[in-house]
Amino acid sequence: MSDSPPADDLFGVRVQAEDFDAAAEIAALAQGRTDIGAVVTFSGLCRADVKDGLPLAALHLEHYPGMAEAEMERILYEARTRWPLSGGRVVHRFGRIVPGENIVLVVTASPHRGAAFAAAEFLMDWLKTSAPFWKKEERPGAADDGAWVEAKDADDDAALRWGSPSA
Amino acid sequence: MKVLYFAWLRERVGVPEEEVEVPAEVRTVSELAAFLRAKGGGHAHAFDNPAVVRAALDRKHVKPDAPLGAAREIAFFPPMTGG
Repeated sequence: MSDSPPADDLFGVRVQAEDFDAAAEIAALAQGRTDIGAVVTFSGLCRADVKDGLPLAALHLEHYPGMAEAEMERILYEARTRWPLSGGRVVHRFGRIVPGENIVLVVTASPHRGAAFAAAEFLMDWLKTSAPFWKKEERPGAADDGAWVEAKDADDDAALRWGSPSA
Repeated sequence: MKVLYFAWLRERVGVPEEEVEVPAEVRTVSELAAFLRAKGGGHAHAFDNPAVVRAALDRKHVKPDAPLGAAREIAFFPPMTGG
């Protein structure tokens, strides 16, 4: 018998309205383990940007239930095929999120830091272009009271530099 | 076939999902988009620039020329902006 938790606990994705606690996610991943030498976390936060003098009040995150989780699982699985990961978590929030709040969390664990860093960046790059989430701005005073955030070519380029994930 | 819309496509069509009777001659994703666009009104507005519309068949990303086949659910949405 191994001291490690069941394999299912080592890798997982969640889509939720409520906030997450990065430290708690790391603790859950690393608890009782002695094989992990590196943990990398990335947190994406809602930024208080200003457009035409109007500050952002909030972002509204819409997602495709079922497919969002499936895509996140697929991307996480792809990362596992590319790097020797000991664990991985991806958490993405939906609903109304105000500046300063968390939006997305990626945690990767591996014996050495190189794989953890690379896998975390890969996961974020692919999440942005293939996980079905959309952001709408809440910007009081704007002509349309807020606009859908437009996808950036730079995000596509960032994802493509890793090569296409296997289908 | 169950058709879902997200983000501004949902807003333009006016409903998050609908059941669509797909004619036999409509065989691909882009043909279905053209069929929906021809309904006029909000549908025409949603698909007025098909080049920026993405699709998923049974929750998997597909290209416009993908055959609908036996898929039960199709979703149309703009490029994703999560993360």
